[in-house]
Amino acid sequence: MAFDSLSEKLQNVFRNLRNKGRLTESDVKTAMREVKMALLEADVSFKVVKTFINSVTERAVGQDVLNSLTPSQMVIKIVNEELTKLMGDETTEIVLKPGNEITTIMMCGLQGAGKTTMAAKLAGKFKSKGRKPLLVACDIYRPAAIDQLRINAGKVGVDFFEMGTSHAPVNIVKAALEHAKANNENVVIIDTAGRLHIDEQMMEELITVKEEINIDHTVLTVDSMTGQDAVNVAETFNSKLEITGVILTKLDGDTRGGAALSIKQVTGKPILYIGTGEKLTDVEQFYPDRMASRILGMGDILSLIDKAEQEYDEQKAKELERKIKKSEFDFNDYLDQINSMRNMGGITKILEMLPGMGMGNMKDVDMSSGESALKQAETIINSMTKKERANPDLLNPSRKNRIARGSGVDIADVNRFIKQFNETKRVMKQMSGMMKGGKKRGFRLPFGKM
Amino acid sequence: MVILMGEEKEKKGFFRRLVEGLTKTRKSIASGISSIFSAFSKIDDEFYEELEETLIMADLGVNATMAIVENLKEKVKENKIKEPEQCRQLLMESIEEQMNVPADAYEFENRKSVVMVIGVNGVGKTTSIGKLAGQYKNMGKRVLVAAADTFRAAAIEQLTEWTNRAGVEIIAQSEGSDPAAVVYDAVNAAKSRKTDILLCDTAGRLHNKKNLMDELRKINKVVDREYPDCYRETLVVLDGTTGQNALAQAKQFGEVADITGIIITKLDGTAKGGIAVAIQKELGIPVKYIGVGEHIDDLQKFNPHEYVEALFSTDAAAEEA
Repeated sequence: MAFDSLSEKLQNVFRNLRNKGRLTESDVKTAMREVKMALLEADVSFKVVKTFINSVTERAVGQDVLNSLTPSQMVIKIVNEELTKLMGDETTEIVLKPGNEITTIMMCGLQGAGKTTMAAKLAGKFKSKGRKPLLVACDIYRPAAIDQLRINAGKVGVDFFEMGTSHAPVNIVKAALEHAKANNENVVIIDTAGRLHIDEQMMEELITVKEEINIDHTVLTVDSMTGQDAVNVAETFNSKLEITGVILTKLDGDTRGGAALSIKQVTGKPILYIGTGEKLTDVEQFYPDRMASRILGMGDILSLIDKAEQEYDEQKAKELERKIKKSEFDFNDYLDQINSMRNMGGITKILEMLPGMGMGNMKDVDMSSGESALKQAETIINSMTKKERANPDLLNPSRKNRIARGSGVDIADVNRFIKQFNETKRVMKQMSGMMKGGKKRGFRLPFGKM
Repeated sequence: MVILMGEEKEKKGFFRRLVEGLTKTRKSIASGISSIFSAFSKIDDEFYEELEETLIMADLGVNATMAIVENLKEKVKENKIKEPEQCRQLLMESIEEQMNVPADAYEFENRKSVVMVIGVNGVGKTTSIGKLAGQYKNMGKRVLVAAADTFRAAAIEQLTEWTNRAGVEIIAQSEGSDPAAVVYDAVNAAKSRKTDILLCDTAGRLHNKKNLMDELRKINKVVDREYPDCYRETLVVLDGTTGQNALAQAKQFGEVADITGIIITKLDGTAKGGIAVAIQKELGIPVKYIGVGEHIDDLQKFNPHEYVEALFSTDAAAEEA
């Protein structure tokens, strides 16, 4: 199917490869044709695909591969290596100037790429790092673009500067810099109007800004769903404005982001951040190697571990471990676990990052039912008394009845939940025995079938 | 092209806009194809392979490309064609055959209708509605617009500005209110004001977000319940620069709503306007409007024949038009 994600495609290709003991030259060719089609359907630029396929084929159809013990593994390794090479292996972020020196960032891109939203997200991000950002509205064309930025600036709690729609962007930026100086603001983020890369006049507007004002970072915002044209867009913006980096938006969609590969390849500029959701906090750093792994269907385990680590509290984990061993795990702990899972982005996000759990595989699974089961569990626990939470054994029929009424669910739901809780507790005790001596992480998901 | 005398001037204007808007795509497709036609002296596998590549690079997608090339191969056999240059016309026919706009595609313009406009974020829903509102108004229709994008900051202000320009009325509530409630109000207003066409703007939603898609279902239910005898039109807006994900978008929107047509925007900005072909080939949903520029008249009704003509017209012919 055309809608299978790239990772599934590649997994299928490699599944076929795995079934064979040895690879012939024609095997590699067949595999490469599949890889080529998959990459094309993932919107990787045709030129990039061609170079990629050539270099992989060149390396794969060679003695060392064909004679090696597990040829298929070799091919996977080569594809992975070449893909990682394409994506680059360094993580780059926007570097802000030290102290109170003003860093200027100009957003640019096509219409609808998500510049205004991303400008606000970045401002929020820098603010949380202790900076004082100023959002500057230079989109003087799109109706209500200024309002949109003002509202979002309010939402992330940063200062906002505008001069209406009758001034040239270059003058607005000049005035904004004065404003920033006067108010001790040190990160100036300029939102500009969306423009087609072929629109000379509009491109000139940004060139003028760059000529007259020292812009530290010119950031191209690109919709991650962009097709074959991504290459042209990135190339043109780069040659006219000398962009310093790229931000990919809407990566929470089901696109595999083939555009990321293409853009990186043609501009050589780093991808700085990715937009991963509708909330103004949904902006993440971009890890090229992780993206390559993700495309290859190895999941985004690294990001998951990262998030788990952020949630990890050594003290709590030790206490939890002790409780599990002694079978003292109670409803309070359960609630804790639900909350830390939610902080990691909820079940759906976590599952998405696991290998083999690509969007395609989960298409028919209604993830929100898992989320709502969690929510129900939370409600039920919240309807328990403190005593009950700490002593699950206390629950008798009359207490259960009260809890059911309190949480607005059926008594059967309460019973089911408690049964499940006990089951989880049992399994966890077993597992903690098995894991003895292994490296412990705070990342445990203490729920059974939901 | 057969053009009626009286309409000649206007028609030409439209076609010129179309040709101009598709300049990028045309250059990429036509120059690629021309070079193939001239580079190859005979029709062989290599020739077809090059052709395939050119079409894929124009975002026609793997499947549509394969279908077109297969179709071309048959035609070449049938007509016993030997010269690559003679393939040009056949190729145009093959591409055109992948697209089909039914005769009743614009029936909603003649009825009391509710037009739902949906799509992912940033494709140009609000702008398209603004342009359509202006066009229908100029046709002498009574137009009402519902601001059911209550999520994005300033979306309502943006739409209000468009309705002011078009001189049509708007039904709106405050940001963050229930979009289904806005549509409820709008539908009832449309009934009592005897509106011809009610255009509903909706929040951009990624097609894989279940709760947002449920919201869309709810909005549709409101219309069904409150205005059962209206003519329903549901247009999915796709960004012309989007690649093959556009297919996934259209397909998944189709699961929550009865899509009756597609609007493809920003075709002037891309060299890859082929997605219009891919969509119709793979999903069988007609493309009804395409956006080829910023001007209000640049949102045009889609005509497969003119589209293919515009794609393949040489620059000289484009200037003449």
